[in-house]
Amino acid sequence: MASQAHNAVGSPIERREGGAKVSGGALYATEYTPPGCVYAWLVTATVPKGRVASLDTAAALKVPGVLAVLTPDSAPRLADTDDATLAVLQNSEVPHHGWPVALAVAETLEAARAAAGSVGVAYETEPHESVLTEDPPGAYTPDEVNGGHPTERRRGDPEGRFAAAPVKIDARYRVPPLYNHPMEPHGATASWRDGRLTVYDTSQGADPVRAVLAQVFELPEERVTVVCEHVGGGFGSKGTPRPHVVLAAMASLHVRRPVKLALTRRQLTELVGHRAPTDHRLRLGAEPDGTLTSLIHEVTTHTSRIKEFVEQAAVPGRVMYAGANSLTAHRVAALDVPTPSWMRAPGEAPGMYALESAVDELACALAMDPIELRTRNEPDEEPDSGRPFSSRHLVECLREGAKRFGWAERDHRAGVRRSGAWLTGTGVAAATYPVLVSPSRATVTAHPDGLHVVRINATDIGTGARTVLAQIAAEALGVGAEAVRTEIGTTGLPKAPLAGGSSGTASWGWAVHEACRSLARRLHERSGPLPPEGLTASADTRGTADAESPYARHAFGAHFAEVGVDTDTGEVRVRRLLGVYAAGRILNPRTAGSQFIGGMVMGLGMALTEGGRVDPASGAFLGSDLAGYHVPAHADVPEVEAHWIDEEDAHLNPMGSKGIGEIGIVGTAAAIGNAVHHATGIRFRELPLTPDQVHAAGRGLV
Amino acid sequence: MDSSEESHAGASAQAVRHAPWPGPADSPAGATESRVALRVNGFSHTTEVDHRTTLLDLLRERLALTGSKKGCDHGQCGACTVLVDGRRVNSCLLLAVAQDGAEVVTVEGLADLAGEDGDLHPLQRAFLDRDAFQCGYCTPGQLCSAVGMLEEARAGAPSAVTDPQQGLGSAVRLTGEEIRERLSGNLCRCGAYPHIVEAVRDVIA
Ligand code: FES
Ligand code: FES
Repeated sequence: MASQAHNAVGSPIERREGGAKVSGGALYATEYTPPGCVYAWLVTATVPKGRVASLDTAAALKVPGVLAVLTPDSAPRLADTDDATLAVLQNSEVPHHGWPVALAVAETLEAARAAAGSVGVAYETEPHESVLTEDPPGAYTPDEVNGGHPTERRRGDPEGRFAAAPVKIDARYRVPPLYNHPMEPHGATASWRDGRLTVYDTSQGADPVRAVLAQVFELPEERVTVVCEHVGGGFGSKGTPRPHVVLAAMASLHVRRPVKLALTRRQLTELVGHRAPTDHRLRLGAEPDGTLTSLIHEVTTHTSRIKEFVEQAAVPGRVMYAGANSLTAHRVAALDVPTPSWMRAPGEAPGMYALESAVDELACALAMDPIELRTRNEPDEEPDSGRPFSSRHLVECLREGAKRFGWAERDHRAGVRRSGAWLTGTGVAAATYPVLVSPSRATVTAHPDGLHVVRINATDIGTGARTVLAQIAAEALGVGAEAVRTEIGTTGLPKAPLAGGSSGTASWGWAVHEACRSLARRLHERSGPLPPEGLTASADTRGTADAESPYARHAFGAHFAEVGVDTDTGEVRVRRLLGVYAAGRILNPRTAGSQFIGGMVMGLGMALTEGGRVDPASGAFLGSDLAGYHVPAHADVPEVEAHWIDEEDAHLNPMGSKGIGEIGIVGTAAAIGNAVHHATGIRFRELPLTPDQVHAAGRGLV
Repeated sequence: MDSSEESHAGASAQAVRHAPWPGPADSPAGATESRVALRVNGFSHTTEVDHRTTLLDLLRERLALTGSKKGCDHGQCGACTVLVDGRRVNSCLLLAVAQDGAEVVTVEGLADLAGEDGDLHPLQRAFLDRDAFQCGYCTPGQLCSAVGMLEEARAGAPSAVTDPQQGLGSAVRLTGEEIRERLSGNLCRCGAYPHIVEAVRDVIA
């Protein structure tokens, strides 16, 4: 579509909320203080399984300033939800360590904390099993895995062809529990007034929060307002309503005052979800020329006893490589652990770590360039479904990356580049992430003064949604982006889906585009000045955005890493990271670049520093705060570059965009792991590659 | 009880700060609250504080200065970084009662600190230019930390990666490695690090 508008789609314009964020004016969920606001502090279970035998609140109730201690006996009753993780303080059962057992409410934060610390809890414990083993007793095949994917897909004769393959890899990889740890902890400010509930929440979607609050408190949705104006990151952990928002609303109902509740950093990991650990068995069979004859990816993972969530880590094997013989399957064990959930690129991130490590192993076994091996196995259509790809430029990403990274000069021998105590190496891995999209509504109003106001309950978790939606609107209206204002972040606006699954911009943008096109038509047809209230058009993409596509739609990418490995200490340092993506049309290069880089940085953490651990004795996540769980810091992160190729795809949405929020983490860990192998000649198959592991394995290198 | 006014009482507040332990003289033994007087972004505040209150909670919950963020409350993330008497500190680790007489600058006061007419500190401008954040939750801490860090480097304070040959007291040249090392107390889960380092380099250049 022709547009003379500058500053529209494709321009690197500055994010609109930037000024507020750098000057401290942007408000997050617990930074609203309604008059009379009081504070809540949560008491959580210290045992892995059992029930609360008795709760002694006498001392807590004597703390000056305390207003109440909510317990399963005194807390408001909630109507049933389908999500057992939200049924908090409803009975005395303790399904896992960290489960809420009481909530202290007081005039001040200090008093609430002191009161919470004074609650005496006695437990009756039951035997528990919290650690995922290689072959867990009771593991079962789930009906489906996250994302609604089938739990198992089989084509041809994968086992038979593997057995007969002249070259083969049979390897196990392990990814530990990982924690989302957005910088803003989960918290909410809730208040009731005249039978209406208002909540400031930190969530990736205010509409789902409203729906759940209306359900559990048995209110019509119109009586619930949820505001998520600024959200301090989510990475999946704020993707659906989490218990803190229910607890804040319960406390406010109970004490009849506005209540603020923020979870502590340690409480987060046990209450808002984590990436479940995954055990992968990968079997690849190939002809001597590199043609894959069998691909078998079997995943074992855990879920909690109260809710099934199965990390779909074998799913990328259904998308990536050609071949008529394949098995991709999942098994899950329900353990006495906190409930896992989404973390950036669920399924793809751990699954592609395993698959892309195995592909690298196969390349080594074949003595073939790993880029060449991938290129040879490039499929003509999606292997699993047989559907044509709407666009697929993986090979172009690999080639472009190779050029930028200087891959041609690479000496493929492993463990031969030494300088002092340091060995250096380089690695590559592919990335993929599906194109997801959901229906949304939006309105746009043209005002007589020339301003266009777009209204949609989108959420900005850091992607720059206000900005990119203004660009989309500007293009559809044929005006400059400065003539568009976007209002987002509250349930007072037209209903919109969450910011998750890398689908936010596509879903919201589609509705914004439709509304703006219809407004543009009406403006074109009429003459004379606009009425004082302006002219409004709306859109609802139900039936279009969610229509079944005859195409397989995915974004692809290539990651390249250079590492140094210190043979004295076992420390791995990433020196360079490069990502090249084919993700449709890039709507705002400035904010898109930040998302790609951010994903790669999280992938660096997954590769080298991030590893959750379950304590077998207590069922607790050990060292789960930011001291015990090392998310990458400045010093860990070298030059990181993101590039993309121009990709036109008419089968996506009116903008031609694919999601970009998650693909950056996919494949990064494999690229780093493959680089460590190239540096040392040793293959590590268990993340993270911490110095203890590398040093122990690398003794012979010194 | 908060009083907030443009004050010129900085000198007397400074005197109280150096009063001998146990601090403000009007707190009787066994008291759980004390009166503190401190300046925040140039404004004087005299307030009764609970002895358990951190400087961060005083700022956020009592003085409505929510620009300083709480990421961990344990000194692990740097989101709460502010400048106290010109030095960067984790405000979640300081008790407010011990800050009597302190001169505090938060992200809301950075622009004034730069002493320019513009409404942004040059580093804030550089963060915008470089898109050095996404969700923005670590950003106030990154900014205050970087401002404090630039001063430390100017004063010649070495870091773990400073060449030991460099003479003490002379300004440290801030390479990318130096910047990364010195800002490592400020976590960013959005992974904006490469852009943050570029923004810091912009204001040095
Ligand atoms: S909140 Fe103070 S260091 Fe994290
Ligand atoms: S910008 Fe989100 S944590 Fe740094």
